[in-house]
Amino acid sequence: MPKIKIASKPPHVDMTPMVDLFAVVLIFLMLTTTFRITEPGVVDTPYSISERPVLDFNIMTVVISNDGRVFFNVDNGPDTILKFRQKILAEMGGHYGIEFTQEELTKFGNFPASIGVPIERMKEFLAIDNPADKAAFQRGVPLDSADNQLAMWVLYTRQVNPAVNASIKGDSGVEFPIVKRVLDVLQDRNVNRFNLITSLRSADVKLEEIPE
Amino acid sequence: MAEVAEQDTGKKGGRQKVKPPPHIDMTPMVDLMCLLIVFFMLTAAFTKAKIMEINLPEKIRDPNVEPPKIPESRTVNIILGPDDRVFWYPGMVREEDYSNPPPLRETSFGADGIRRLLVERNRTLFKRIDDFNNEILTGRISLPRDSIESEIRRLKRDDDTGPIVLIKAYKSATYGNFVEILDEMNIVGVARYSFVDLSWIENFMVERALGISSTASASTGN
Repeated sequence: MPKIKIASKPPHVDMTPMVDLFAVVLIFLMLTTTFRITEPGVVDTPYSISERPVLDFNIMTVVISNDGRVFFNVDNGPDTILKFRQKILAEMGGHYGIEFTQEELTKFGNFPASIGVPIERMKEFLAIDNPADKAAFQRGVPLDSADNQLAMWVLYTRQVNPAVNASIKGDSGVEFPIVKRVLDVLQDRNVNRFNLITSLRSADVKLEEIPE
Repeated sequence: MAEVAEQDTGKKGGRQKVKPPPHIDMTPMVDLMCLLIVFFMLTAAFTKAKIMEINLPEKIRDPNVEPPKIPESRTVNIILGPDDRVFWYPGMVREEDYSNPPPLRETSFGADGIRRLLVERNRTLFKRIDDFNNEILTGRISLPRDSIESEIRRLKRDDDTGPIVLIKAYKSATYGNFVEILDEMNIVGVARYSFVDLSWIENFMVERALGISSTASASTGN
């Protein structure tokens, strides 16, 4: 009887179409998405019907996380050459009598997330490289009347970049007094126009449904 | 596992067969791309966050300047309460009513509560905006986006029958409620609304409606 020979080599699968497909998906993802900004705290934004997207530059954002901490973020302007963040930190240092080195300013300028560090500890914060250790410093910007650093951030941001727009990104569960406090701080600096950052939802209202 | 497809080494008549091109194994490339895709999916934000604009009235620092007067008949006060509750009352509380302020009416967020209440009061303007939007949608009027917005703004400015909504927040209201009520203003197309502080008498009214024994009301009264 002849022996049945079993193929000693596994069949070869051609991976080329798979690579093609993956490349297409990859390019699609790279083109359609932007990087998600990681906030130092949990921020679950509320919903609205507004369809206006966030601005790309000239924004300062006050972030209120769900545990009531307040963070501040500002962009570098339309052009990274302008280095708004570095100038703002230098001004802040000047006000609080802290001298920041060029290296520290560069680090601050490149820091990707919102800042919630009291200015006294900013030097220590910038010296650390480990993100987990950095997070421990993010205890929120002080904004009570005795030590109102948020107001100073707002003031110097507007001095350095007069075209800046204020926006507020709050967690929907934050209790109102904190929000009110932030609004007051901004209004004391004559910022009366805000952009509230929200997620999109849909709503339809039909006139017929409402009785006369 | 770089493997090269075996070549037929069979010789026929001493002539060498044409070699097939060497096969490149794509598996590591697939692995890499898989990783990249997973990375992008996790870090990407597909939808850009949206913004809702709000203008707050300027703070009056000069005590001699009186806040602008608003017609009482058109005023609707909305007070955000705790646990997503929302109260409202029309008009204003006069000083002679302080001993017995008007009761607050409770409503709810969403289509049947606050929205219905506001649409009923804002019917004329709402209908105008609705008609205008319909004409845009059906293509009867074609305008660039900017003009649509300014046209709606003009409709709102010219309106003088709709409600003037004063939004107030009790201390245990949440930011989510605040955004939701402002959103409601945009949905209904209320032309005039503002966010103002809760006065002590309104604070007392909310606490009464909530059933909190207001021992604090005496101290906030002075």
